[in-house]
Amino acid sequence: MTEAPMPLWEVFIRSRAGLAHRHVGSVHAPDAAMALQSARDVYTRRGEGLSLWVVPSAAITASDPAEKDMMFEPTASKIYRHPSFYDVPDDVGHM
Amino acid sequence: MPATTSIVVAESPLARLALGRADDVLILGHRLSEWCGHAPMLEAELSIANLALDLIGQARALYALAAEAEGAGRSEDDFAYLRDERGYRNLLLVEQPNGDFARTMVRHFLYSAFIDPWWRATAASNSPLADIARKAEKESAYHLRHAGEWVVRLGDGTAESHRRAQDALDFLWPYTGEMFAPDSSGLAPDPAGIRPRWEANVAAVLAEATLTRPDDGWMQEGGREGRHSEQFGRLLAELQHMARSHPGASW
Amino acid sequence: MYTQGLTPQASEDGNDPREAAFQARIDAEDRIEPNDWMPDSYRRTLIRQIGQHAHSEIVGMLPEGNWITRAPSLRRKAALLAKVQDEGGHGLYLYAAAETLGISREEMVEQLLAGKARYSSIFNYPTLTWADIGAIGWLVDGAAIMNQIPLCRCSYGPYARAMIRICKEESFHQRQGYEIMCALARGTPAQKDMAQDALNRWWWPCLMMFGPPDSESQHSDASMRWKIKRFTNDGLRQKFVDATVPQAHLIGLSMPDPDLRFNEATGHWEFGAIDWAEFRRVLAGDGPCNRERLAARRAAHADGTWVREAALAHAAKRRARREAA
Repeated sequence: MTEAPMPLWEVFIRSRAGLAHRHVGSVHAPDAAMALQSARDVYTRRGEGLSLWVVPSAAITASDPAEKDMMFEPTASKIYRHPSFYDVPDDVGHM
Repeated sequence: MPATTSIVVAESPLARLALGRADDVLILGHRLSEWCGHAPMLEAELSIANLALDLIGQARALYALAAEAEGAGRSEDDFAYLRDERGYRNLLLVEQPNGDFARTMVRHFLYSAFIDPWWRATAASNSPLADIARKAEKESAYHLRHAGEWVVRLGDGTAESHRRAQDALDFLWPYTGEMFAPDSSGLAPDPAGIRPRWEANVAAVLAEATLTRPDDGWMQEGGREGRHSEQFGRLLAELQHMARSHPGASW
Repeated sequence: MYTQGLTPQASEDGNDPREAAFQARIDAEDRIEPNDWMPDSYRRTLIRQIGQHAHSEIVGMLPEGNWITRAPSLRRKAALLAKVQDEGGHGLYLYAAAETLGISREEMVEQLLAGKARYSSIFNYPTLTWADIGAIGWLVDGAAIMNQIPLCRCSYGPYARAMIRICKEESFHQRQGYEIMCALARGTPAQKDMAQDALNRWWWPCLMMFGPPDSESQHSDASMRWKIKRFTNDGLRQKFVDATVPQAHLIGLSMPDPDLRFNEATGHWEFGAIDWAEFRRVLAGDGPCNRERLAARRAAHADGTWVREAALAHAAKRRARREAA
């Protein structure tokens, strides 16, 4: 019989001050304290980080790829949200 | 240098102090490294290796200091690989075999609960070890937390883990007294003065772990004078095998 | 990885209209992510390959771990321990990548311990001397890197990302091994003999690491089409030989292959026949250390059961206390 699964945690690292935490991988751990220490021991062995988050994987709600069109297509036509949509004289320089 | 025979170190008080601390961490690091590939779970595999690497790094810095203190031109490897059992100065606690995971973690906790406050006190002093201590105290703080949490998990886990943790504590307890042997050299904080903080660290974790503090009975000692446990010779035979088989070779 | 919860949709390979769109994405060098639709055979192939890869890292800790306590200097000891620790980390990244495909680490470990999952046959050879640690770093990691660099562009996102991290970390492994060999090669006669002996024993098993010749490889076609694999076994093997032979000669070591010769016209080193019977035998279980390796993994797993149970039990107690409070 397969033994009871050890909960899975997602690991996020802030590599230096000023940057956002970024997903780097996951660890298995029984509790948050050990998840944090495992994340430190597994993912920051080469000075990769200054701050760590661990989040229970089960706590993440993900969008469904099957709904990708509904979720992300409608934005494609809103080109007026981008600066390149607007014509201004070249002479004005950087704007 | 003729490296065919064992060396005997001319131990000035500083050399002796540095060697004692260096041997503690080398031998404890060596014991931890025996887990490599055999840990209870993959995450623990990486954690144990990190602990061992911290300790081996501390040993190297301390051997360099001992070499400087002795002034005989020796290297870290001369100290590690060419001293006989009777010349090794480590605490008996750290050479105790790994046993099960409970014994390894309890051993690590009992040692860390002492060495962390000792490094802190040393870092804040004008000891010749202060520079090393300022790096080591960050490592020992993590060791204390990590090992302490494991002791709590095992003590307050299942009936089996509780029994194993208590057995480990009972077995190792007589080796804890040696840590507090007074040091009047004035070269570093007197370990005897660290005792109250050790007691506090231990009491807090044991309470949470629902483990019983053994009574302070007779305490084992002799490591600092080179009187070790019977199995220690085997550890050294393994550690020193290459240097002894190939005298003078470089690697 | 964060997608464990979603159930994979079933598909009948070959007659699902989504397959054409899937293949088109792969052809366009798009990456497939965990929740995306994928043919079952793609999923199964990846689970098998990533699982084997993870098991190889974990079992691979054993032959090198055999020398940590005997490393001949403190510098070597620290480097070797850090390297073997890396292998454990790589196993961990890879198990996590496989988990995004809907299999748990526990299931994969169970398959390994039951002898149902494979791992690289190279780790069934023993490390008899310190020089073997040099040879493994130089040759085994060298061969592994050849295999792994193309996997950084694998079509499956989590696998590719794990491989990028692994390749980055492994960059010191081969140098570590070659440095050991260099020190031995310029050392005492006994050290030089030790280095040559290790090369003699590891060379042929390393060539086998790239897998059977292309003419016999069962998985290559589909794996190439899916861009799980981008180079053939024989192509990577040749690349490895071409890179490694000059490295051996540079430090005065010779390959244990009387047929080895440089072909000026092709610019390649031609090598003798590989003993594929040995490869199949070791893979099937009859190598020098197969039994020891599995026994060591089983013992570690069994001895660790009470620890994992205790950790889970303690976490449950804490949770209960918190909820009661």
